[in-house]
Amino acid sequence: MSHAAIADKRPGSLRGARLPQWGPYAIAAGSVAAGLGISAGAGLHSSIQWALIAAVLYVLGTYGIAARVEGRRQAKDRVATSFVWVAFLLAVIPLASLVWATVKRGVKVLDGYFLTHSMGVVADSEPGGGIYHAILGSLEQVGLATLIGAPIGVLTAIYLVEYGRGRLAKAVTFFVDVMTGIPSIVAGLFILSIMLMLKMQPFGFAGSLALAILMMPVVVRSTEEMLKLVPNELREASLALGVPKWRTILKVVLPTSIGGITTGVMLAIARIAGETAPVLLLVFGNPFINSNPFEGAQASLPLYIYQQYSQSAGSTYAYDRAWAASLTLIAFVMILNLLARGIARWKAPKTGR
Amino acid sequence: MAKRIDVSGLTAYYGSHKAIDDISMTVEPRSVTAFIGPSGCGKSTFLRTLNRMHEVTPGGRVEGKVLLDDEDLYGAGVDPVSVRREVGMVFQRPNPFPTMSIFDNVAAGLRLNGNYRKSELNDIVEKSLRGANLWNEVKDRLNKPGSGLSGGQQQRLCIARAIAVEPDVLLMDEPCSALDPISTLAIEDLIGELKERFTIVIVTHNMQQAARVSDRTAFFNLAAVGQPGKLVEIDDTERIFSNPSVQATEDYISGRFG
Amino acid sequence: MDISTKTHDAPPPPPQPRPAPAEQKRAARGATRPGDRIFLGLTRGSGILLLVIMAAIAVFLSYRASLAISKDNGNFLTTFEWVTAGLEPRFGIAVLAVGTVVSSIIAMAIAVPIAVAIALFLTHYAPRRLRGPIAYVIDLLAAVPSIVYGLWGALILVPHMNGLFGWLDDYLGWTGIFAWDEGAPRAMLTVGILLAIMILPIITNVSREVFRQVPQMHEEAALALGATRWEVVRMAVLPFGRSGVISASMLGLGRALGETMAVATVLSPDFDLHASLLNPGGGTFAQNIAAKFSEADEFGRDALIASGLVLFVITLLVNGAARLIIARRKEYSGANA
Repeated sequence: MSHAAIADKRPGSLRGARLPQWGPYAIAAGSVAAGLGISAGAGLHSSIQWALIAAVLYVLGTYGIAARVEGRRQAKDRVATSFVWVAFLLAVIPLASLVWATVKRGVKVLDGYFLTHSMGVVADSEPGGGIYHAILGSLEQVGLATLIGAPIGVLTAIYLVEYGRGRLAKAVTFFVDVMTGIPSIVAGLFILSIMLMLKMQPFGFAGSLALAILMMPVVVRSTEEMLKLVPNELREASLALGVPKWRTILKVVLPTSIGGITTGVMLAIARIAGETAPVLLLVFGNPFINSNPFEGAQASLPLYIYQQYSQSAGSTYAYDRAWAASLTLIAFVMILNLLARGIARWKAPKTGR
Repeated sequence: MAKRIDVSGLTAYYGSHKAIDDISMTVEPRSVTAFIGPSGCGKSTFLRTLNRMHEVTPGGRVEGKVLLDDEDLYGAGVDPVSVRREVGMVFQRPNPFPTMSIFDNVAAGLRLNGNYRKSELNDIVEKSLRGANLWNEVKDRLNKPGSGLSGGQQQRLCIARAIAVEPDVLLMDEPCSALDPISTLAIEDLIGELKERFTIVIVTHNMQQAARVSDRTAFFNLAAVGQPGKLVEIDDTERIFSNPSVQATEDYISGRFG
Repeated sequence: MDISTKTHDAPPPPPQPRPAPAEQKRAARGATRPGDRIFLGLTRGSGILLLVIMAAIAVFLSYRASLAISKDNGNFLTTFEWVTAGLEPRFGIAVLAVGTVVSSIIAMAIAVPIAVAIALFLTHYAPRRLRGPIAYVIDLLAAVPSIVYGLWGALILVPHMNGLFGWLDDYLGWTGIFAWDEGAPRAMLTVGILLAIMILPIITNVSREVFRQVPQMHEEAALALGATRWEVVRMAVLPFGRSGVISASMLGLGRALGETMAVATVLSPDFDLHASLLNPGGGTFAQNIAAKFSEADEFGRDALIASGLVLFVITLLVNGAARLIIARRKEYSGANA
């Protein structure tokens, strides 16, 4: 009985009707054309709209045509495929637009003058000025944050991997995870609450402290991963030679994983270099050059972008400067990223068999 | 519904590497055919070309013909999905779906291939589990996850899953290599029963197993590491193990290499 | 070495003072060597410092928050106002809480399906040669600073939203949620879309990792039953990756909840609740802090800290939940390995 039931439901042959190879492309072209047509007919101008219409038409069209020709299962498969492609393309559009806009608008005022001058005597609504003070502030704040955050992060990771057992290690692991999710503005508010109690005015190092808090969990996580990659045989070989544990860690474990650790630290730097919120609260911003991070308000690159945008009442000069500063910041972050990945690849422990 | 397999001039590649070269053979319906040979000789690769699983591996591609009765699996317009529906497969390591219950595991293939009423499903699942000699062990816990079973039970669950859709052919890729001797025995007994209904092809590393379960045996070999694997001979199992026509087969069977 | 030099320098006949028992003990146990003790102290101290920082964040924020809340003439939870100057401060987080949740929900509703689809694209659909480069681009996108997304959102995305808003108003305006009074589209929906774009990379990356870990054998099991690619994904990939996707989404949610600059640049805030997602107004915790901070006096800052404390607790809960899910998944997959 069940035999018959199965036999009824199996396809008669291995060969099913198939859409031709060019089918999906044809449907895609048709959808885009229809999307454009509908938009033109209805007087819609936004590129977002016709793209959305085309995307919906493509997914529906694929299902309809495939279901007629190939059957429901194949149609579902094709819809999934087309949805996945559409999702990918949908995500690419804003990202491409972001990169394109930043580069196109950023290069307008980005030149040697822009990089070497401050906003000291330039009103936000006027042309001219530059980001020297902001770059200086960013480098100092991020540098100090790294000096604090990176060692603590690396040491904590060493504790977790090399010594960590028991409740303390579990608690640290859990809270490192939780700390990763702290919004940057909360870290800023924390330092702010201390400054309020000590009656302090904004200064660069306060920002560094908040940035260091944001940096630590990132460094811990990446360093932990790297230390775990060091094979236990190496540690045991060293310990068996009578080398104390701390020297084993310093001379064997760390050198083996130094490439990965450096990569992790650089990625963490790239992340905090773009943070605006804590700097806004703690360093406040300053159009003049202030090279002392321990006294007086400073500027920073992300904060500069925000203030050029928000305090300029729509001046195109300010917007141009904001874009140019964005381009500089993105370039800095991307270079750090690329360098970090380069180091990771170059120093990667060889795991050949 | 067991069908005959007719392979002619089959060559399979991994990227530019030729894994097996120009293999031709016939597998009779309602029989067990065992593939033996040293590691790397391409017997698993060849098995995977019989249900078009080879092309799932990155860079995998196939030349030649595989006729299932009269239909070429690699013919133009053939849908690999329908091929795999007709040619079931059991893998080296038991691989029940970890997130599904025992019942759902067995019903998985059926649910793909059509709409069944609950009662139909119940019948087929019971029949398949009985067919895999697993029913009595699991009938009280059909809704428990399949991953809770022992290795041997998991493998029989996978066999039940494969036979539930009534394929024409059942391919087994070293189905006992991850199992203990008692579970292995259970599976071997099961193979003997299943050959009444299916065409069975089994890859095994264990020559005693080949001798025990198969009607015909194919010996694969390779000239050197990196060279493609070739079919040396295929014959009745008894002949292969008593009086093979090629010297290399005898050397391998008597344990002189491999 | 110390001992050997001592024995050589000292004149042989006089009896050596025996080492103190404590010293003997120390020499016997390697772990208490001075170097080891210092090193262990340093590393463990760093770990403890991290815990102290977390505790300090909670304590300091709570303390400053209590200073502000105790003098609030409104209800901290329900007042639709944020007036902190003067003798009668009235402020409440109702609008901020709603805005934060609404914008994050919009972001999640858009980002999660698309991110999962992209992760599947990268693991199962894209041509093999493209997978590496695309994954790399997505990694880099995760590194774009939020202020740059904010600038792009305010100057490029906002003008592009006009058309979409008009369209939504025409066809869905009757729902109220999509009604639009033709103001600048600096509204919650725009914020939600921008946040979706920002959290897309992180959800994609974590989901991709999870999908990549799906054992080959489960996928082959589905294939061998005659499953199409989508059926393989549905039978073997998605069930296996579900908890991973949930925790990835939670991580994204944590980001969206706490995002400051992108909201501050795009949203045109007010202190009221609006039914429509298309009309400007509302606010979020982080946006409100950034916007109100520069004019706030000390009391005003304490009030902002109080709102920040609420945000801190919310993100703590969300992230903690995400981590618990991940931890449970580890046990679960370990049992099946």
